[in-house]
Formats: sequence, structure tokens, C-alpha cells
Amino acid sequence: MSSPEKPTASMPATPPGRNGLLTFNVIWGLVGLVVGYAIGLWIGHRLGSRFDWVAEIDYNDIAVLLGYALGTIGYLAGLGILNHPIARLFGRSAGDVARRTGWGRYARASTDHKVIGNQYLIGIGVFFFIGGVNAMLIRTELLHPTTPTFSPGQYLTIVGLHGSMMIMMVSSIILGPFGHYFVPLMIGSRRMAFPRIEALSFWLLPLAGLILTSTIAYGGFPTGWTGYPTLGSQADIGMDGYLFSFALVGVGMILNALNMLVTVLNYRAPGMTWGRLPIFVWSMLTTSVLMLLGPPMLLAAAFMEVLDRTSGTTFFSAPTGGSPFLWENLFWFFGHPEVYILALPGFGIVLEILPVFARKPLWGYRLAVSGMLGVTLLSFMVWQHHLFVSGINSSLRPFYMLTTELISVPTGFIFLVGIATLWRARIRYTVPMLFALAFFVNFLIGGLSGVYLSDVPSDVTLHGSFFVMAHFHYTIMGGLVFAFFAGIYYWLPKMAGVELNETLGKIHFWTAFVFFNSTFLPLFAVGMLGMPRRTATYAPHLQFLNVWVSISAFLLGGSMLVFLGNFVWSLVVARVPAPANPWMARSLEWQLPTPVPVANFDGPVRILAGPYEYGDPSAPPVLEIGPAVVPSAGD
Amino acid sequence: MDDRAHLIRAAVIWVVLAVIADLIVGFLVAPHMPPGHFSNTASDQTRINNVLALVMTPIGVGVITFLVYALVCFRQPPGPLQDGPPVRGHRRLQAGWVGVTAAIVLVLAVLGTAELIEAPNGRAGAGAGGGQGATPISSPGGNPLQVQVIAQQWQFTYRFPQYGGVETFSLALPVGRTVEFHVTSIDVIHSFWAYQLGVKADAVPGADNIAYTTPEHVGLFQIRCAELCGLWHGYMAAHGHVLPAAGWRRWIAHARVANAPATHYLPTYAKVYYPAPLERGG
Repeated sequence: MSSPEKPTASMPATPPGRNGLLTFNVIWGLVGLVVGYAIGLWIGHRLGSRFDWVAEIDYNDIAVLLGYALGTIGYLAGLGILNHPIARLFGRSAGDVARRTGWGRYARASTDHKVIGNQYLIGIGVFFFIGGVNAMLIRTELLHPTTPTFSPGQYLTIVGLHGSMMIMMVSSIILGPFGHYFVPLMIGSRRMAFPRIEALSFWLLPLAGLILTSTIAYGGFPTGWTGYPTLGSQADIGMDGYLFSFALVGVGMILNALNMLVTVLNYRAPGMTWGRLPIFVWSMLTTSVLMLLGPPMLLAAAFMEVLDRTSGTTFFSAPTGGSPFLWENLFWFFGHPEVYILALPGFGIVLEILPVFARKPLWGYRLAVSGMLGVTLLSFMVWQHHLFVSGINSSLRPFYMLTTELISVPTGFIFLVGIATLWRARIRYTVPMLFALAFFVNFLIGGLSGVYLSDVPSDVTLHGSFFVMAHFHYTIMGGLVFAFFAGIYYWLPKMAGVELNETLGKIHFWTAFVFFNSTFLPLFAVGMLGMPRRTATYAPHLQFLNVWVSISAFLLGGSMLVFLGNFVWSLVVARVPAPANPWMARSLEWQLPTPVPVANFDGPVRILAGPYEYGDPSAPPVLEIGPAVVPSAGD
Repeated sequence: MDDRAHLIRAAVIWVVLAVIADLIVGFLVAPHMPPGHFSNTASDQTRINNVLALVMTPIGVGVITFLVYALVCFRQPPGPLQDGPPVRGHRRLQAGWVGVTAAIVLVLAVLGTAELIEAPNGRAGAGAGGGQGATPISSPGGNPLQVQVIAQQWQFTYRFPQYGGVETFSLALPVGRTVEFHVTSIDVIHSFWAYQLGVKADAVPGADNIAYTTPEHVGLFQIRCAELCGLWHGYMAAHGHVLPAAGWRRWIAHARVANAPATHYLPTYAKVYYPAPLERGG
């Protein structure tokens, strides 16, 4: 296909000037946020105090939500994200897609996909550790069956924040850092399709995280991450923060998905046929389909709940004609694709890494792709398995049981591809490879336990118990997070130009793998023995298992600190420069120098072969880069 | 060793390990499989848990065996970096894998559907312990004991429409008689979970959620709320009793007399109750 690339002139590497304090950056964004929030709060109180509803109770949802809305606008204005649309509105030139150098670019709305990838890495890393600290607090509470460590309200706040951080804020833990950094490099493009939208979709995330965290000051939200509305309608203003930040993340997901889809569809270099597309790019493509079609449901549901809370509508209130089932359906129609938004990138990373360290082509490339496509399609047809005992029309049960069990077929493809790639291979046990291999063990346990939950009679007991909790931690923590660590050990030498310490990496891996399993395996038993989720109390005979789990969880937290130490040590102190291709990998991104040039490729790119042709001496090099193009006038 | 020999060796290890693992599951785990045999629905769930465990174990053992076999046998030798054979797929193996996994799944789904709907000997299907909504796809015949479970923050109360609509704070059931739970809520979403009975049904305001069970032993069972319902959700727990038939008749007669003054003021029995508009700030 022909490349729509413009010559390099449209992306000057270092635009002149504008590096001082008086430029658009995150500090002005925060100033804008505070100013906008204050204005919104003031308007809201002026308006809202005239409503009986607001006058009768001692807080004002309208004011808080207006504060968030105007704060968001102020934040985006301070970051300079609104400059382009405003300029175009008045018919003025929009300026260049500028790519800066220097540390200051990380605090700005950069349009360089590599900068955005690194921004995502740090931003999501922060949320991941906040969520992790919450997990430690939950396990502290559960050390004793009845004696509380926290008050019930604090405990629910911690539980809600842990879930929301890990599932919403961290949902792009692979698509954010690695997808944005490497998809353009892997398909031979100089940029993402919509760089300004890319910047916007990243900067919405810290804002959403900030709003979500700030709900602590308002007493948190009591509903957990699922936000079921009868309780949510009853909750304090912390609930408004939950709704607003989830909506922001939803918008970010939709923008991200459109950007990624258009990039992969239209910005592939000549020769990058669908059959040569790296499997990681396929996983980003399928994830984007889910991120495009799922979050609109969440946005709709969040908007209805906001109206219920502020304007007296009754979408979710049974006595006046609404139904709590409406939220349950809308939320899980988003929520189930969401868990595959978390799982598919993991499939992509491990299958991308296996051939490199097995020194073999990816076995069954088409099977892997069809597995991902199958998961994508089926994931929209299974949502009511979250509602088997909810009292929704029970004649739908057999259908959702069938679709839920069917989804294990395309997931099974990934396992076949993985194991067959390892068969007769020449395996190197590097840290990324260890994490990728552990992914298969963990995801296997997660997948097999899912079969119990898909079968209605078994699910009657297991639904809402710790069994469910152990199941999705095996798929998300054991799957997604292990794949993320595989990715970071694999790609950080390219992203940051330095190597992570291998000894610390191996310590991190073995402690993470052992303590992860020692934390979550007993929880299957705890759930089967009747312990519900999200409770601060439990039956005394379950104390031994719970204490075991808590101690394992603390050690797992320690293992994450080993990683943090390694990350900081390698990046800040040691700074061992990484070679351009430390793993001897064939794929496109490793053929570029480190650090990657600002415009990625100096000349026109032509892809000559697939990325996994290991062991085939007749395979040509993966790409050739032509001579640099002289910029044409007026472009 | 050639490819075929590797495959045969790994397959033999798999079969041996799978048989051992299934024997362990069948003889050591299965007799203790939760949720036990306190009621017919709990027994159904226990039986299905065991069937699934016996099916899943060989699959899991197989994946782990082939994975570990590859990791042990196919390592990079020391010296310069070597490549493996450039094998890109195997049509028959791929087709076979698709066929076998699809067949296992379809068999499980068909068996599961039959279990859900079929009701031999006038019993409800295996999933009847889970809340089926107002129109169950599977229900037992006869004249079951109707118990309405009314959830509110943060406790369950129970109404017996066949016994003058009396409402009690504790739950007792007669052994051997089929019970038809009607679960509803008057404030937020709760979930009625009687663990040993194998019953779980969400209590949704404005909805009538029906679940069936037949207690088969006399004794205590746990009741917990299984859906996050606010501040004291973790403390929304109680015990219920399964009594001998004569003892239960005495219990319900006593409850009717003792609660008669309160019963007089209760709203007439209905499938759902709409209280005053929801108060905020709970």
C-alpha cells in the first residue's frame, strides 16, 4: 500500500524558543484545574441552592460536578491542548506538529508518540503503585476475622479505590506505554495518525486519577469499582468524582482506540502487509476495537447516574419507574469487554516476546490472530454471566453460559501458539522471557477457574465470593501485569536507552511469581468455603488462610518494591547504556538506533520480511530505509 | 531425539500425571468439595464442581506438562546464538486443536444447559438455587413453602404468605420440604446468600427474584449478604435453622402468635414493596 507519510519537514525536530516558564505545561494545567474547579463550585452553589433537593441536604452534587467540568476545561487550556482547536476556530494557522527535545517535553502536551509512551509509563506506574498500596491496606484489615483496623467507611473507600485504580486507571498499562511508543515504530510510521488527540487522551488520564484520588477528601465512594446505582444514588459526593473520572477515562479510551485503529489501518509502511504485522500490533488493533465499542456504554450509564444524582431523573430508581438492572446491563456491557481490554495486550506482548527468546518463528501466526479476533467478537456477547443470580430473565442463562464457555476456544489458540513456538526452540531465559512464560501458567489457572464461573450451578455459590476475586486477579494481575513486566524488561532498553539490572530483575521475577501464586491460590479455597468479596469480616475458621494470604500479599508488595528499586537504580544511578538491539531481535523497532531519532526513520521505509523469520537463512532483513527525502517547498 | 520422540515422551508424561492428578481429585478432593450436601441444590453444585474438576485437571496438567517439557528440553546451548528450526505451523494439529477444544466446550455447554432446565422427579434443575427472576426456567412441582426474603440496610427479614403473612427476623425451614424463596429489597441491591443451602439470589429493589432449594439435613446454615450494600455490608450476616417438620410447625405457630401485633401493621403481602423515596446519606 502507499504510504500517506508527509516528508519530514512537517515535523521539525527542535522548534525554536518557547521553553521558559510562560509556556503551556502541566503546572499551568493544574492552575487551570484549580481555577476552573473554584468557578464551577461557585456557579453550582449559586444555581443549586435554589433547588429544594439541594437545599434539604448538606451537600451539592451540581456544584461539585460543575467544578469538575470547568476544572477539566481549565486544565486542558493550561496544558495548551485547546490552542489548536481555538486557532482553527478563528481560521488561523494551526502551527506545526512540534517535536521537542529535553526534559521539559515530558511535562507538556507533546505530540511525539515516543514522549507520550514514556509519559504513560510513568503516569500509569504511579496509579499502579497507589492501587498496590490500597491492596496492602485491604490485606491488613483482613488479618483478623472481626477486629477492624479501619472504620467500615474507610475500608469501603480503600476497596473502591483499589478496584478503580487497577481496572480503570491502569487499564492502558500496555496500550499506553508500549502501544504508543512501539506501534508506529513496528509498522514503519513516523507518527500516530492524530498526534494532538494522542496528547489529549494521555493527559485526561492523570486528571481522572487526580479526581478519583481526591474523592478520599469527600469520604470516598462506597460502591467498589462497579458503582451499582441504588447504593451509588445514596452515596455522598465522592460518587460524583467516581462518575466523572470514569467518564474521563472512557473518553480517553475512545480517543485512543480511534487513533490506534486509524494508525494501524492507514500508516503502515509499504510492504507491511497484514501477514507481516507484528502480533503485538494485532493485539493493539483488537484491543482498540473493544475500547471503541465498550466505553460508550459506560459513558451513557455514568451520564444517566449523574442526571439521577443532580436533576432528579430516575433511570435507576425502581419506585419511580427506573430499574437498577439498566445500570447492571450497561455497566457490564462495557465491563466485560474491559477485562479483555486488559487481557488482549498481554497476549500480544507474550507472543511478541516468545519468538525472540525461542529463536523460532511464531508458530501458527494466523491462529494467534484469529484467536484475538475471536476473543474480540465474543467478548461483547458474554456480559450477563456477571448477572446469573441477579434475577434477570433466567431463560437467557443457557446462551450466556454457551458464549462464556466458547470464549475459552480462541483463548486456547494463544496457548497452542505459545507452546508450539517453544517446541524444539533454543530458549534463552532472560527476565522478559521469564515473565512471558509465567503469564501462561497464571493465565491457565485464571482461565480454568473461569469455567466454574461460566457454569450456572457452580456460579451460584462462587458468584460474589473470593473465588471470583482470585479468578480475575489470576487473569489481570497474573496475566496483564506479568505481561507488562515482560514488556518493560524487554523494551525499556529502547525506550530509556538504559538496561535494567538483570540480577535484580530475576529476584523480582521469582519473588513476584512465587508470592503471587501463594497469595491468590488459597483465595480460590477461601471463596469456595463461603467468604464474600468486599467484606471486612469473615468466618473465624477462615483466619489461617487469610493470614497466609495477607503475609504473601505483603511479600508480593515487597517484590514490587524490588522492581521500583531496580527501575530507579538503573535509570537514575547506574545508567548502563543499552546497545541498539540487545536481544538480537528481528522486529522493526530494534533495527532503529537508540535513542530513536525524533522522526523515527530518516528516509522512506520499505518492509521486506516478517518480524519472526528466525532460523531462516534465506529471509531478507526486515526493512530498508531509503535516502532521506529533501523537504519540498511549502509543505 | 527427533520431533516425534519428543512428542511421544511428553504425551506419556502427560497421561501419567493426568491420571494421578485425576485420582487425587476424585478420591481426596471430591469428598470434601464445597458447598457440600446440606440441600439438594448444594448437592447439585458439589456434583458439578467435581465433574468440572475432573475435566479441567487433565487439561491444566497437559498445558503445564508440555510447557515445562519444552522449557527443560529445548534450551539455548552455550556458545554462539543458535536459531531453532523455522517451523511456522502445522495444519492438521491446528485444525485438531480447534476441533477438540470446541468439542469439549460444546459438550460442557450442552450438559450444563440440560442440567439447568431438566427437572427429574419433580425437582428443579441444578441452577435453581440461583436467583432466576420472576419467571424461572426451571421450577419444581408441588406446593413449595413460600418464603419472602426482604433485604434492607443491613439485615434480612422473612415473610411467610402461606402463614398469615407473618414477618420474622430469623429464618427457620422444615427439612425435606421444597422452599421457594422470593427475594426482594426495599432500599439498595443486596444478595441473599445461604451458603450451606446452595442458594444465592440478588435482592433488587422493585424485582421479585425466585430461588428454590430443598434442605436435606437438620442443622444451622450461614446467611450473608453477597453484594456490596453500604457501610455495614460486612456485618450483614446471620444464621438460619433447618428444623424437623414437627419442630418447624411449632416454630411458625409461635412466630405467628408472637408477631401478631406487628403483622397487623405490615403492608399486605406483595411481590415487591415500594417504600418512601430513597433517603440519601445512608
